Amino acid sequence: MRSGVIAKKIGMTRIFNEGGQHIPVTVLQMDTVQVVGVRNQERDGYTAVQLGAGSVKVKNVSAAMRGHFAKASVLPKRKIAEFRVSGDAMLDVGATLVPSHFVPGQIIDVVGTSHGKGFAGAMKRHNFGGLRASHGVSLSHRSHGSTGQCQDPGKVFKGKKMAGHLGAQRVTIQNLEIVTVDDESGVILVQGSVPGPKNGWILITDAVKKIRPDSAPFPAGLLVESSNFQNADETIISDDESEMQTTTKSPESEAAKDDMSEQFNETEMPADAGAENESASDES
Amino acid sequence: MNLIDKIEKKQIETILAKREVPEFGPGDTLKIDVKVVEGTRERVQAFEGVCIGRKNDGIGSSFTVRKISYGEGVERVFPLYSPKIQAIHVLRRGRVRRAKLYYLRGRTGKAARIAEKVTNRTKSA
Repeated sequence: MRSGVIAKKIGMTRIFNEGGQHIPVTVLQMDTVQVVGVRNQERDGYTAVQLGAGSVKVKNVSAAMRGHFAKASVLPKRKIAEFRVSGDAMLDVGATLVPSHFVPGQIIDVVGTSHGKGFAGAMKRHNFGGLRASHGVSLSHRSHGSTGQCQDPGKVFKGKKMAGHLGAQRVTIQNLEIVTVDDESGVILVQGSVPGPKNGWILITDAVKKIRPDSAPFPAGLLVESSNFQNADETIISDDESEMQTTTKSPESEAAKDDMSEQFNETEMPADAGAENESASDES
Repeated sequence: MNLIDKIEKKQIETILAKREVPEFGPGDTLKIDVKVVEGTRERVQAFEGVCIGRKNDGIGSSFTVRKISYGEGVERVFPLYSPKIQAIHVLRRGRVRRAKLYYLRGRTGKAARIAEKVTNRTKSA
């Protein structure tokens, strides 16, 4: 069992295939998806990888999470998710996953958080028919009808479909097809729609009901230049730091900046973690 | 949104490398060469008629062509950047004052005529 990936929903468009048919596709983007932690059989009783994606300002990350990211030597991540993997598909902490983890034509499952609809009536929520438009119906054209019997049960059965909160819940769509993948821009095109709004986080995994193609990389599609990875990470850090210094001008940011630079030092050299951050030093 | 624009632009460029998209608008008479697959053989079929409207939406752009075929009005919507279209020829430019010529649907024969657009005369006059 391979790991899945975290991606961000960008939106939908269409592409034309060779036959001239247009295919509706959802554009998903993987933004520096890295392994933040692992779960192994001895310590945790199960095997899994914890992935992180996106980026977040260091000042908005709790000290505990900073220590966690520092331990993995990765920049703080916006979204974290755990994927169960088999023992032979374990990944190294800090490894970067790329879209070529999947191959075009592969069948996948996606998980997202659906659009929130708020408190919705029975017609919208359960496709009830509503009441009649006339023939004596007043003020209740969109209501549900009866909710049960008479004195005999004397109650409304549990699970009765009624009005209530709709949407904003975890939704899995099975058996979508990968159309194209592009490592350079981190883009994955998936045929059809995926749950949730734009900029929502999407988890993509190999389809549970289909056999994974042999051409899909095992244990995972990783960034090739792993030797240059540490250097690349450092350059990113320095870039971010300079950007932060130019953007943060409010007086209260002074303390935050100190904190941040300290954090960046930690990220680079986990062994020399600051004394203030006890959790980090304990872990490292 | 930017990323989607990039993906669409890339696709449009690949189509434009294969064929030209001429400048045309509603009222123009067009001939569209469409690739048709019959069994294993592919041939080109022409569809000739008046463009009654365009939709501009990146890779989703399309245009509608109307013609009278054996006394029956036929409208066909072509995706502008479809690989199935081999070529678009502009046969005649029409002078119209609407973006969408849906009023042609209720008319036939003489009433459905469109005056030819006269170009360059207004400038010199």
